[in-house]
Amino acid sequence: MAFKKHSVLPGFNLSLGYTLLYLTIIVLLPLSALLLKSSGLTAHAFWAVVTEPRVLASYRVTFGASLLAALINLFSGLLIAWVLVRYSFPAKRFIDALVDLPFALPTAVAGIALATIYAPNGSMGELLAPLGIKVAFTPLGIVLALTFITLPFVVRTVQPVLQDLEVELEEAASSLGATRLQIFWKVILPTLLPALLTGFALAFARAIGEYGSVIFIAGNMPYVSEITPLMIISKLEQYDYLGATAIAVVMLVVSFGLLLLINGLQWWSAKRLGRR
Amino acid sequence: MSRLLAALLTLALATPVLADTTLLNVSYDVMRDFYKDYNPAFAKYYDARFKDKLTIQQSHGGSSKQARAVIDGLEADVVTMNQSTDIDAIVEKGKQINPGWDKKLPNEAAPFSSLQVLIVRKGNPKGIKDWNDLVKPGVQVIVPNPKTSGNGRYTYLAAWGYALKQAGGNDAKARQFVTDVFKNVPVLDAGGRAATTTFMQRQIGDVLVTFENEAEMIAREFGRGGFEVVYPSVSIDADLPVAVVDKVVDKKGTRKAAEEYLKYLWSPEGQEIAAQNYLRPRDAGIAAKYAKQFPPVKLFGVNEFGGLAKAQKVHFDDGGIYDQIAAAIAKK
Amino acid sequence: MATIALTQRSIVTTEVPWVRYTLTTLALLLIGLFLVLPLFTVFYEALKKGWGLYLTALVEPDALSAIKLTLTAAAIAVPLNLVFGVAAAWAIAKFDFRGKSVLITLIDLPFAVSPVVAGLIYVLMFGAQGWWGPWLMDHDIKVIFAIPGIVLATVFVTFPFVARELIPLMEAQGSEEEQAAMTLGASGWQTFWRVTLPNIKWGLLYGVILANARAMGEFGAVSVVSGHIRGETNTLPLHVEILYNEYNFVGAFACASLLALLALVTLAAKSLVEWRTEQLAAAARRDAVE
Repeated sequence: MAFKKHSVLPGFNLSLGYTLLYLTIIVLLPLSALLLKSSGLTAHAFWAVVTEPRVLASYRVTFGASLLAALINLFSGLLIAWVLVRYSFPAKRFIDALVDLPFALPTAVAGIALATIYAPNGSMGELLAPLGIKVAFTPLGIVLALTFITLPFVVRTVQPVLQDLEVELEEAASSLGATRLQIFWKVILPTLLPALLTGFALAFARAIGEYGSVIFIAGNMPYVSEITPLMIISKLEQYDYLGATAIAVVMLVVSFGLLLLINGLQWWSAKRLGRR
Repeated sequence: MSRLLAALLTLALATPVLADTTLLNVSYDVMRDFYKDYNPAFAKYYDARFKDKLTIQQSHGGSSKQARAVIDGLEADVVTMNQSTDIDAIVEKGKQINPGWDKKLPNEAAPFSSLQVLIVRKGNPKGIKDWNDLVKPGVQVIVPNPKTSGNGRYTYLAAWGYALKQAGGNDAKARQFVTDVFKNVPVLDAGGRAATTTFMQRQIGDVLVTFENEAEMIAREFGRGGFEVVYPSVSIDADLPVAVVDKVVDKKGTRKAAEEYLKYLWSPEGQEIAAQNYLRPRDAGIAAKYAKQFPPVKLFGVNEFGGLAKAQKVHFDDGGIYDQIAAAIAKK
Repeated sequence: MATIALTQRSIVTTEVPWVRYTLTTLALLLIGLFLVLPLFTVFYEALKKGWGLYLTALVEPDALSAIKLTLTAAAIAVPLNLVFGVAAAWAIAKFDFRGKSVLITLIDLPFAVSPVVAGLIYVLMFGAQGWWGPWLMDHDIKVIFAIPGIVLATVFVTFPFVARELIPLMEAQGSEEEQAAMTLGASGWQTFWRVTLPNIKWGLLYGVILANARAMGEFGAVSVVSGHIRGETNTLPLHVEILYNEYNFVGAFACASLLALLALVTLAAKSLVEWRTEQLAAAARRDAVE
């Protein structure tokens, strides 16, 4: 097979060449600098740095909170997408637009706003404090911040699929005697599954790298509420460049793996929808 | 609206006159207010004496973060830090400052000092008087993270030194004492300023341990009604060192201005501005004039720990005693 | 439109009213709690002490220079990524070649890389202790702790946005129209300007809007390479953090509200683009029917 299929359109060499050049300069070269720097550590030393107990604890916090946030969004995202597509209510267009707020709002702004709201003397914190629920400066605060910044992902991946879902399928199921709940479980949910998973994975990928919004609300207690990006910063502040790089490489590998997974999911999703 | 007009007017007037020399002072978090007062005073003096209009730029952040930026190439003419180890790091890792910087200026290059005090809520409801009150159950202590903040490191060392000085005190007991203090810490902010925000704005904790001069800042920003300052029986002498960044000033040709800038910190005017910002001055005359705001406190120096460099290594480096303490606390 | 859709739905394909109301209420509650409340808080805190203080905080010289720097960084980063996005989408959507999916994953990478890591890589490359730092120093070229570093970090974090919008769009559109233009004798550039660009302009705009919002709001990556020199290398989000640490909460939230306002404008622009796209699609469907 040739490298490229024949096409009458021009500009392949130009556009691909430019794409590769730009990609190399902006993304690949800097990232290989990271990998090269980390090769200054022996495999043994690298392993020792990335499995330090405090760093291990930060993975638990980061991945745990990201997973929880992505799970919360899996459900609330489905709910919001469902309501936006299927029901009508006042100011729907406005609310639909508002869902993208976390994409548009700078994370630092989100961080200070959430810290203000959920501090013990903040508007929500005051309500929760008598119930013994502390949000700001606890791991719960991290989950909250991550839930906020990843809220649009599931909504935006599920919404178009739900919109294109054919009513005939549901009608057919209904005429065969299925209840509404059965239809949801057996007909609708399986169709939405690839989109749900894609949204979930996207939210998870975005959450593990997040820094700006989390540091304002996390409390940053060692072993309890320190996130992995903070460990990189903390290593840097102790002038430990190699250590910072090693942890950064771990994060990079995880991100790349997640992206491969997401692209696989999207391919699966396209194939499934295509068949229908 | 008149306020807006006034602001616009000051903006128009404040547009900098073409300056001859620009200095960049890379400093730590809580020094903002001091340099806000000191920079114009120095620029005026310098212009009068050398006929050279200076523009002084400021960069503030956590002490170690700032030192790292200088090591990575932030072109600071002078650094004004809260720990000699941060300047030593620039000497060793970045080589932008020549060794022996602490001998080039008086008082080991620290024009003033501060000490760790206890800040409690109005009326001192938990009755906190000294370090040993911090380990009581139910007392929440707000301290910035010793890993990332010089302020937090001084607090840690002050508590350690206090325990050492008690009857029958030894390293094992001091370690237990510091562990007990940090057991009562609910939030570890990255820097001193964030810790104050947690305590004053978020109303978390019963006692904030921070520099004496920060207490004055809190009073200015939040009013004096909300808190009280408690001087412990003994505290740590926190010298706040300054240095010229040799490599940068030689390249930019700003050595003279940079050296004058630091030297003037020891002048009566510099010392007075320091005292007004609640930094303990070196000048005996100025110290006497402001004696009322600086109650005498028994102090010990970092030499108790064999110097800051050694303390850093033993206590705060990765795997050091602080890490072990944090791990022990997390296990419970 | 939505009401029509609902009335058209037969009774079997929707839920009983109480379920509908519960779900809607729940969703609105979530949105209110997670989205509206933070947004409201920013403006509330900014205006708590009155308009005078609010405006004073915004025209303060350091704030103005932060606004200027933020706009400059976005003005450089967004067009760069716009050109890249179009080139990448053209290559990927209009041609079939090996390694395409790897290329797409690599383009996505900056989206998933932690901003902190993004800042770190530029320190490793251009820092005084980094690869090219000493050479840059000798030649008196400043990259990090100066505007080029901030622009580079911004370019990195907004890298995939335009490309990610255009690739699926151009793939869906196919290349029949372009091929027709070519057979009629149009040159490659003519085809691009007259046929492709009008087809993708709304998608392009959409990507630009998202990239712009991210460029102006980036915090983590820029924080690592900025140096935080007041009035020089502080972007607006960094200025927010500094004011916050100075206990100047009104100032911090005033600048934050400016960024939030920008977010709202972004959302409005985005909705407008979506609305246009829908209308165009509807018009196309009508034409097809006729």
